[in-house]
Amino acid sequence: MQLTNRSKAVNRDPMTFSESLYIPGLLKGMATTVGHIFKKKATVSYPEETRPFSPVFRGLHILNRDEEGREKCTACGLCALSCPAEAITMEAAERLPGEEHLYREEKYAAKYEINMLRCIFCGFCEEACPKDAIYLTQSIPPPNYDRETFIYKKDDLLLPAKTDAQERAAEGDPTPLQP
Amino acid sequence: MAEAPATIKVIIDNIPVDVAPGTTILQAARMIGGDVTPPAMCYYSKLEGSGGKCRTCLVEVSKGSEKDPRPMPKLVASCRTGVMDGMEVKSMTSDKVLDARKGVTEFLLLNHPLDCPVCDQAGECHLQDLSYEHGGAGTRYEFDRRTFDKEDIGPYIQLHMTRCIMCYRCVYTAQQLTDQREHGVLDRGDHSTISTCIGKALDNEFIGNVIDVCPVGALTDKTFRFKNRVWFTKPVDAHRDCPTCSGKVRLWMRGNEVFRVTARKDQWGEVEEWICNDCRFHKKEASDWTIEGPSVVNRHSVISQGHYRGVASPSQVQNLMPEIMGRDPKFLLNIHEVSDVNRPQVDLSKIGGPAHGTNFLPNLHTDDV
Repeated sequence: MQLTNRSKAVNRDPMTFSESLYIPGLLKGMATTVGHIFKKKATVSYPEETRPFSPVFRGLHILNRDEEGREKCTACGLCALSCPAEAITMEAAERLPGEEHLYREEKYAAKYEINMLRCIFCGFCEEACPKDAIYLTQSIPPPNYDRETFIYKKDDLLLPAKTDAQERAAEGDPTPLQP
Repeated sequence: MAEAPATIKVIIDNIPVDVAPGTTILQAARMIGGDVTPPAMCYYSKLEGSGGKCRTCLVEVSKGSEKDPRPMPKLVASCRTGVMDGMEVKSMTSDKVLDARKGVTEFLLLNHPLDCPVCDQAGECHLQDLSYEHGGAGTRYEFDRRTFDKEDIGPYIQLHMTRCIMCYRCVYTAQQLTDQREHGVLDRGDHSTISTCIGKALDNEFIGNVIDVCPVGALTDKTFRFKNRVWFTKPVDAHRDCPTCSGKVRLWMRGNEVFRVTARKDQWGEVEEWICNDCRFHKKEASDWTIEGPSVVNRHSVISQGHYRGVASPSQVQNLMPEIMGRDPKFLLNIHEVSDVNRPQVDLSKIGGPAHGTNFLPNLHTDDV
């Protein structure tokens, strides 16, 4: 019974004289091996070299800030709700008077955690977020032997606040801040 | 004079139902149930005189009655219109009604801030349900929404006037449940607001029920404020021996923590039995209550998310690993040692009001491991 057209019947005839010398067979095999040296490599030497990501690549999460540097996240829990891996947890707190420059909304995430061991990088959190607070970036979580390092806390996720010097530079004033 | 018949027959969306004379169309539709029932934002069957304000329950009466078969000229508010013998009503089968509901929803949302991500009512909000079901995707309103300063109306109840849709339910509740009503509607028209008479606090024994009757997040529980989203807490029915009320409540728990206590609600989102402030605000220990079992939650509700049925906790499952591999598995990570969320040192359910940054200070969660 023939299942595919590619199947070949095994030739069980006794070897001819030239076949029993093995040399033509050896050379044929070597030709295949040497031919691969000149072909394009299938691998890259990561981490010195990286492959380009596709524009829709979903990598490590980031918690965004608004134009005034305030945290956008309001701990509404929709990212945790939409998360199919249940990787996201959070605890909310109320903004106190005087904290308006830190948090955009009346409520904010006091604790925010993503378990990158559970995360499947589906991007549902990004889609669910009503405040445009969470984004998936083009970087991958750095590998590590310790599992503890994969529990990303809010400090690890939050976009760093702009320093004064950076802000001044952005406004077109390149003079560094006097100490 | 002939005696009035014991029951009269009405047809709602081609479904006949026999009801007692004096029943309203809305109540008759609720007897049929399902999609036929018009939504109601202000009508509350437990409160006398409620209804007729929000206009979401508009229906078309295509045949007035057996004796006078003319249709009613305009859409009528089903919560305030009594049924007649042989009346034919169109609710979801009428395009006019669906269009009117869409319009009413747009009006209700005109001044609504849509701050659902912040609001504690999200997930059990009737206005949210209404706008998902009947509302349009966008708004045509171009002006500023009206805003209010936050007003303190007592130690336990938070008033967010921006979210209010002026359904008057809380006013009727205070009028009919307590001996002295201390809040009401001030001013008229677009300026009308729910408020206490110049900064009075609401502290009647049963005033906490205004939180439950509020269809939106205008009145919320301060002791639950921002503690958790409702859909991350597990509702269980519980009771206790209460000297002032029936003591039959619904607890919203996370693990053994009681985050919130509310009255039990029926399928129309109406309170079954009123509960007192003591049960609602002060009994936040699981040991205060006799837990009857998980509440029945509509499986289309977001609150039913994560309620896995028939799942045993790890302590209940017989550990077969030693038999299989000769030893217990080595745990590579204990999430409770690493995670900052839900630390045993930070007991959110014990904090009187909303948590602040100070409640999560680093020295509160030093590991003793």
